[in-house]
Amino acid sequence: MIKQRFWPRLRKRFTLHLDPVLLAAIGLLMLTGLAVLYSASDGDWGRVLKQMANMLVAFGVLWLAANLPLHYLLRTALPVYLFGMALLVGVALFGEISHGARRWLNIGVATIQPSELMKIAVPLMMAWYFEKHEAALTLKNYFVAALLLLLPVLLIARQPDLGTALLISASGFYVLFLAGLSWRVMGVLLVAGLGSLPVLWSMLHDYQRHRILMLLDPTQDALGKGYHTIQGTIAVGSGGVLGKGYLNGTQTHLDFLPERTTDFIFAVYSEEFGLLGNLILLGMYLFVIARGFIITADASTYFTRLMAGSITLTFFTYAFVNMGMVIGILPVVGVPLPLVSYGGTSMVTLLLGFGMLMSIHTHKKLVQT
Amino acid sequence: MNCAGSMQAPGLAALPPGRSHLLFVLLLLGLSALLVRAAYLQGVHNDFLQQKGDARYGRVVTINAHRGMISDRHGEPLAISTPVESVWASPRDVEATPQQVKQLAQVLGMPIEEVKNRLSDTSRDFVYLKRQLPPDQAEKIVGLGVPGVSLRREYRRYYPDADVAAHLLGFTDVDDNGQEGVELALQEQLGGKAGSQRVIKDRRGHIVEDVASIRAPKPGSDLALSLDSRMQYLAYREIRLAVEQHHARAGSIVVLDAKSGEVLALANWPSYNPNNRAKPDTRVMRNRAVTDLFEPGSTMKPFAVAAALDAGKVTAETVIHTEGGEFAIGKRKIRDTHPETVLTVAQVIQKSSNVGAAKIALSLPPEAFWRSLSEAGFGGQTGSGFPGEAAGKLRDYRKWLPIEQATMSYGNGISVNLLQLARAYTVFANNGELKPVTLLKREEPVVGRNAYSPATALAVRDMLELVVKPGGTAPLAQIAGYRVAGKTGTAHKLEGGRYVNRYIASFVGLAPASDPRLIVAVMVDEPGGAQYYGGQVAAPVFGNVMGAALRLLNAPNDAPLGNVMMPPADVIKEEA
Repeated sequence: MIKQRFWPRLRKRFTLHLDPVLLAAIGLLMLTGLAVLYSASDGDWGRVLKQMANMLVAFGVLWLAANLPLHYLLRTALPVYLFGMALLVGVALFGEISHGARRWLNIGVATIQPSELMKIAVPLMMAWYFEKHEAALTLKNYFVAALLLLLPVLLIARQPDLGTALLISASGFYVLFLAGLSWRVMGVLLVAGLGSLPVLWSMLHDYQRHRILMLLDPTQDALGKGYHTIQGTIAVGSGGVLGKGYLNGTQTHLDFLPERTTDFIFAVYSEEFGLLGNLILLGMYLFVIARGFIITADASTYFTRLMAGSITLTFFTYAFVNMGMVIGILPVVGVPLPLVSYGGTSMVTLLLGFGMLMSIHTHKKLVQT
Repeated sequence: MNCAGSMQAPGLAALPPGRSHLLFVLLLLGLSALLVRAAYLQGVHNDFLQQKGDARYGRVVTINAHRGMISDRHGEPLAISTPVESVWASPRDVEATPQQVKQLAQVLGMPIEEVKNRLSDTSRDFVYLKRQLPPDQAEKIVGLGVPGVSLRREYRRYYPDADVAAHLLGFTDVDDNGQEGVELALQEQLGGKAGSQRVIKDRRGHIVEDVASIRAPKPGSDLALSLDSRMQYLAYREIRLAVEQHHARAGSIVVLDAKSGEVLALANWPSYNPNNRAKPDTRVMRNRAVTDLFEPGSTMKPFAVAAALDAGKVTAETVIHTEGGEFAIGKRKIRDTHPETVLTVAQVIQKSSNVGAAKIALSLPPEAFWRSLSEAGFGGQTGSGFPGEAAGKLRDYRKWLPIEQATMSYGNGISVNLLQLARAYTVFANNGELKPVTLLKREEPVVGRNAYSPATALAVRDMLELVVKPGGTAPLAQIAGYRVAGKTGTAHKLEGGRYVNRYIASFVGLAPASDPRLIVAVMVDEPGGAQYYGGQVAAPVFGNVMGAALRLLNAPNDAPLGNVMMPPADVIKEEA
């Protein structure tokens, strides 16, 4: 008797705050990711199993976030943001240098990349701030919010990690935009931004400049700086309409494609599954994004709407920037393909975001019923 | 200023609807951009990109061909190619830890610095780290698994007889191309044709898959030389011994098959080991028997006599007045070592009288003497095809002075290489027929061209037999059980146009005299000891080599074993 009651109840408790539609969609993307990873790593089961473990941990984070009531989420905003800022300052002071960039912090048991945390913490903080001043938003509030965004972005850009800085900028900008930053201010900022481009250009690191230049003409340095872009487009293009078939991508398997399990995994997928496969993949991403928008539209509070909108749009930005760089319409910045690329940290951050989306969706329902 | 206030009812917290629509449109535009670009790459531009992709991994590699084996006439290997592996790297693709570089250097037996150096030039696609490693060492390199370091199959030449036939065989360079000797002369046949193959290579240059063989490598043909490796060894051993014993500068020896003109042995001292990659200077590497010219001295006398016999000017018994060993032509005087007043033509050969030979030569018109010498193969090359063969010199008779015609009869004012001299003696073994020489094994008998009548050839051969008898200049050339016919030579060396008191001692002979099987020509350059006459220095070499060679051939005896008769030692000399 007890047993019969116990299991259904546990199952109910476990699935209570999970959104089955969103879960199915991201699950499908993750499975696709595992399949492509198997091909990209030349059948390295070790890598696939490690990624599965990453996914398991990330799923745990998702579950916890989904079960976190909204007022707790609201309360965590400030401490998480401050904690993240502290870590960023720590990185700037004591960070470990790897590949010419200071991005990692050794905290004894593991090395962490605090910029990943900020992908969630920044929009959370901004949404919390707007929620707090919801009643009477003035230009000053937008200014303060922008400052909350700019501080971590500058710290991260200095590491240097242009990709993450841009993504966090985007996620913060979405909050500002959704919170109703006036068109006039945005216009002024745009003009100011364009005007300051030469200044920014001079502040960029050499390798970052090269990446942008290479986008304009990758053939300029086909074996050096343009190598990534050219190999990416060649791999994608040689896939054709129907692709070369799973495990048959020559560019991948002959080792011509750089970073093929991480940032350039889309090229592997694209070479093996072709244009048709790309349509399906884009469809899956669009589905996740659409679900995110529905949750955003359904959200009950100002905070949750800002948060849900930012999470959804940031997810889109990830996918767009990654695929855009692989097929050569955007510069090569270190952004993984969300849910597909190998790597634990981005997986955890992404699923943390989806967990929040689910929490926003399901806790609202509970309030209503 | 409240930017969004009008759109928000407190508590309802609506987002500005225009904005989310705008965002959604932008988002769709973004996805469309991706799709359009993907469609362009994969649907429109894909032919080009696929081609580019193929070019990334499709490669045509050459496959080295196995070089043909060189063997002697009995199939004994003289030069063989063994497969070896060369280690090369593509510095751009090399990803080696310092530890791996250290191991690499260890296995290759190279200093670490050198390995690092070679790997440091990342602008290059191909550098050899070390060439021609034995297979077990190559295995170890593969075992290290350093990306960007690969092997390439090559063949290394090995000469089992080392220095014995070094000059004749020559050697190949590290790329398996013939550089000297037979290896160079017969490069076409030996070298074969490298094949090519289409393969799929990964970025590090490792061959992943053989797609198609475009052209199979065509291995070089095996070649059987005319050489007999046992005689070669014999000849080499004896010439070396003689050079060392007489403190000479150098020495050469040629053994010919008297009937076929095949070179059975050809050796020089000093020699070198062609298996060593580091080569000595040309003084040691020169195949003197073919590339060096020398004035033959008295070994020429039989040809002067043959010319006069053929022209009917003299017979073997014709008496020549040798003027007491001194004969003046114009201002020049011709002298004999052993002055005589009269000698028969046969004795002129036996005693090697310069005066006699000069008088016989002068009995002929210059043109007739010149033609006769030409027909015996003097002036020009032997046709052996050996690289760098020196053409013998025989001046145009229209420019001869009488003194020149006279001295030419005893081998001054004419130059030959040793192979040429040996070949000339084939006329005495083949009834006046001059046989072409060859370094390759001959399957069928060859017809040469007639230089003298058979009677002349036989008559000279009989005279040459007297040379080794007591009373002749070369009793040391006698061989137990065989009749020997031959001629000594002791020529002053020419230096800066003047004859100096340094000598070239030589002996050329054939045996068995009743039916000659072999011709052996010996030349010793500048014997430095008390003995320098051809009869003292070269004749014993001839005797040892010819005797042993005839026994190797199981040639039937044409004389009783007790035929060797030695005169008192001081008689063995002659000059010119």
